[in-house]
Amino acid sequence: MSDLTEFTLAGARDAVRAKKVSSTELTKAFVSAIEGARTLNAFVTETPDRAIGMAKESDARIARGEARPLEGLPLAIKDLFCTKGVRTTAGSNILNNFVPPYESTVSQNLWDAGAVMLGKTNMDEFAMGSSNETSYYKPVINPWRARNSNQNLVPGGSSGGSAAAVSGNLCLGATGTDTGGSIRQPAAVAGIVGLKPTYGRCSRWGIVAFASSLDQAGPMARTVRDCAILMRHMARVDDKDSTSVDIPVPDYEATLEQGVKGLRVGIPKEYRIDGAPPEIDALWVKGAEWLKSQGAEIVDVSLPHTKYALPAYYIVAPAEASSNLARYDGVRYGHRTKDTVRDLTDLYEKTRAEGFGKEVQRRILIGTYVLSSGYYDAYYTRAQKIRTLIKRDFEQAYEKCDVLLTPATPGPAFALGEKSNDPVSMYLNDVFTVTVNLAGLPGIAVPAGLTENGLPLGLQIIGKAFDEATVLRAGRAIEIVANFTARPHKWWTA
Amino acid sequence: MSDRAAKTLKGQTGEWEIVIGMEVHAQVLSNAKLFSGAATAFGAEPNSQVSFVDAAMPGMLPVINRFCVEQAIKTGLGLKAKINHRSVFDRKNYFYADLPQGYQISQYKQPVVGEGEVTIDLADGVSVRVGIERLHLEQDAGKSLHDQHPDYSYVDLNRAGVALMEIVTKPHMRSSEEAAAFLRKLRAIVRYLGTCDGNMDEGSMRADVNVSVCRPGGYEKFRETGEFRHLGTRCEIKNVNSMRFIAQAVEYEARRQVDILESGGKIDQETRLFDSKAGETRSMRSKEEAHDYRYFPDPDLLPLEIDQAWIDGIARSLPELPDEKKVRFVGLGLSAYDAAVLVAEKETADYFEAMLAEGAEAKSAANWLNNEVFGRLNRAGLNVATSPVSAAQNAVILALLAENVISGKIAKDLLDIVWSEGGDPRAIVDARGLRQVTDTSAIEAAVDRVIAANPQKVEEAKAKPKLAGWFVGQVMKETGGKANPGVVNALVKSRLGIVDEG
Repeated sequence: MSDLTEFTLAGARDAVRAKKVSSTELTKAFVSAIEGARTLNAFVTETPDRAIGMAKESDARIARGEARPLEGLPLAIKDLFCTKGVRTTAGSNILNNFVPPYESTVSQNLWDAGAVMLGKTNMDEFAMGSSNETSYYKPVINPWRARNSNQNLVPGGSSGGSAAAVSGNLCLGATGTDTGGSIRQPAAVAGIVGLKPTYGRCSRWGIVAFASSLDQAGPMARTVRDCAILMRHMARVDDKDSTSVDIPVPDYEATLEQGVKGLRVGIPKEYRIDGAPPEIDALWVKGAEWLKSQGAEIVDVSLPHTKYALPAYYIVAPAEASSNLARYDGVRYGHRTKDTVRDLTDLYEKTRAEGFGKEVQRRILIGTYVLSSGYYDAYYTRAQKIRTLIKRDFEQAYEKCDVLLTPATPGPAFALGEKSNDPVSMYLNDVFTVTVNLAGLPGIAVPAGLTENGLPLGLQIIGKAFDEATVLRAGRAIEIVANFTARPHKWWTA
Repeated sequence: MSDRAAKTLKGQTGEWEIVIGMEVHAQVLSNAKLFSGAATAFGAEPNSQVSFVDAAMPGMLPVINRFCVEQAIKTGLGLKAKINHRSVFDRKNYFYADLPQGYQISQYKQPVVGEGEVTIDLADGVSVRVGIERLHLEQDAGKSLHDQHPDYSYVDLNRAGVALMEIVTKPHMRSSEEAAAFLRKLRAIVRYLGTCDGNMDEGSMRADVNVSVCRPGGYEKFRETGEFRHLGTRCEIKNVNSMRFIAQAVEYEARRQVDILESGGKIDQETRLFDSKAGETRSMRSKEEAHDYRYFPDPDLLPLEIDQAWIDGIARSLPELPDEKKVRFVGLGLSAYDAAVLVAEKETADYFEAMLAEGAEAKSAANWLNNEVFGRLNRAGLNVATSPVSAAQNAVILALLAENVISGKIAKDLLDIVWSEGGDPRAIVDARGLRQVTDTSAIEAAVDRVIAANPQKVEEAKAKPKLAGWFVGQVMKETGGKANPGVVNALVKSRLGIVDEG
């Protein structure tokens, strides 16, 4: 292959293992691709020296015949994962120059499997956003542009840096986190694959917390197979995370090609929403036909409480966030105001006003409000009840089907600034994805087609708890028929 | 039980009664913290026992320490309380520099332990039951140090994350004496159980006292109906960290409230701080200023599930507690009072039982401790744990007494010798010739000498037999205390011709 960055992760793995290409060559190719793509602003921190050091070590292992499953494969890590000795910002000024003395369990699992770290990807501040515009480190630019347009588009969010890095061939794959759609929505609008596994599948230890009961790490890559490979090595039960679950992690790649014959695919009627572009609906219908053409059985199902999901999410997630972000107080680490302070309260107020951006402040305020005495039952308690009902919706649907097929997003990538002054319109980006987080289920976004303007759209497969294998298998079936081969043209290298 | 006469407080408009409830924070005896593996030893270098979790570094997660849960269950069983099979950890949110997470992990609506009771013994022999409302587990905060630097406050996080049990009573105490007796009893129970060291100086046990006053009869109505409206508005007094201060704080606060009510004012529900130097309570924050803690279930922790088998296992391993021990001691022939004194402190009971294990007879061991040993220890500012005389040495002294080897007088001297010099009491008796004289002829000679030297007294004694005691004393003096007092007594009487009546 002339351009090593064109490799899929699986392809690179096989080539490295067969010694057709060294990890060092591969890594250098990505390091220079990253340097050439700074316009995209996909990375907050590049770690080229560390990458090449790790690659050399991988090559030495390969030479000794001690290759591990992901040996020498360069990856990008969302800047929400704490990386030992490497600055971890969570996209926030308040953690600017925070260097963790520890490594998150998920990233450690990847290094233990032999992967190479290229750097830390940009993201919405504390993973709060759907466009990457809330990052303190400036927005990420989507590698995709509409046909005959020079307008910069958002890459989705919050894992927008990871999505852009994967989409722009700046890495073989990346980690993301998904609290309300933060893997699947950017994957869909950047034309890549993103998998949010079941809550509890990946350890949350060492991942900067946004909303603890919803946050889950997952892989982002250019193919379903690549996600399957990464998923296996990210997931593991962890005694440092009480919510991680001890269920064996299967070899997802091994069952990937088993097809969907006999698989019952549910079409939830409530996911047909007013105001969504007709091409979203058309793609959804097409997706169902594709699966049917491969032997799946299409069944209509109902998830009656879907319409309450977004409001419930925007109570639960900010509530948890308001508490999780209390630790950023300028006392022990991170940003502290340089202004003179009168007292401790003044220190908190100035530090947090300077350290947190507008969207984070908005959510802390919402969260503080809904947990306040006198409002708790009206908001938080009711939202939790809705959550239970949404879970039950899925359980009832799964009596009739094995997976669900839905659109991944209500539309394609939009222009920078288009929705940043309208939080509600921004929040609507997660309308198809939040239900999955509230129910703790696995979901995958797979690129399935282009809009009239040539922008990617994705479909989502939602599975049963801990049944990522079937989700990946169904995703693979869509990938095969969709035959999504379009790539962004590399306008940024010019 | 609990039918004691209400202690009343006289005001200008009539009588008032005091009602007291308590919240006690007891640090769990455990080598590791509640949600991290960091150590908990008292007095370590500042910030030397802090894990990433305790410092609330980004992405850190709490993991429950099973041993701390076991300690809470054990304490619950010691309080004869219901252990909840399912309890939930909540976050109590507030900002402070020594609270790194910005929230304390506690238990709000579903505590690990439910209702129980503690029986307290009052000075007049009355026992009172104090209801326990609940016991929950929570994290302690760190310590802010404001006196180390003119411009800065320092924070020591060694204590941050240490497990506490918050034990909440029902408002069942009616006087400062009862409040102090409750805390003493609670302290004894946790120390017997080994779940808290009860060390109030080091802050491992801290009490907040809720005080209200009402007119006579209000409390009884409250007990009948469970309705708090029959009680007065309460004030919570924080940080009352000694038994003595509890009494002072309650007395002061009750009087303060009565004065306000009698001058036509009303009590504001508020949190007050006890100033031990001034002996008064001061307003800390009113109900309006109270924090909104925004409690919600901690999403990082699963509900705490406790199965009956675990509880049963802990129940089987429970040590004998003060109440049961007291009953057993009474069964050994001790008076209820003596038994209560001996069981009040675990170390004292252990010391007493160590004497029994060395062969001492229960009643005489109890008398010996109460009459001789405790007084000496108190005067010297010592306790059984620091006593210069061991339980075994005391047991030997009592054995020598029982075997008639030494007299009671010598026994006390012997205790003084062992106290200051140590050594085996039996060897000391031999080496110093302290054996009592049981040789009748030698005693007879001494009796005769005393009678011959005091003819006048002999006449008086014949008329007034009680004076025989004077002769016994003289003979004991003559023999250097070594004569067997029983033998002396008999000989004196026979020589004086006194016949015992009855």
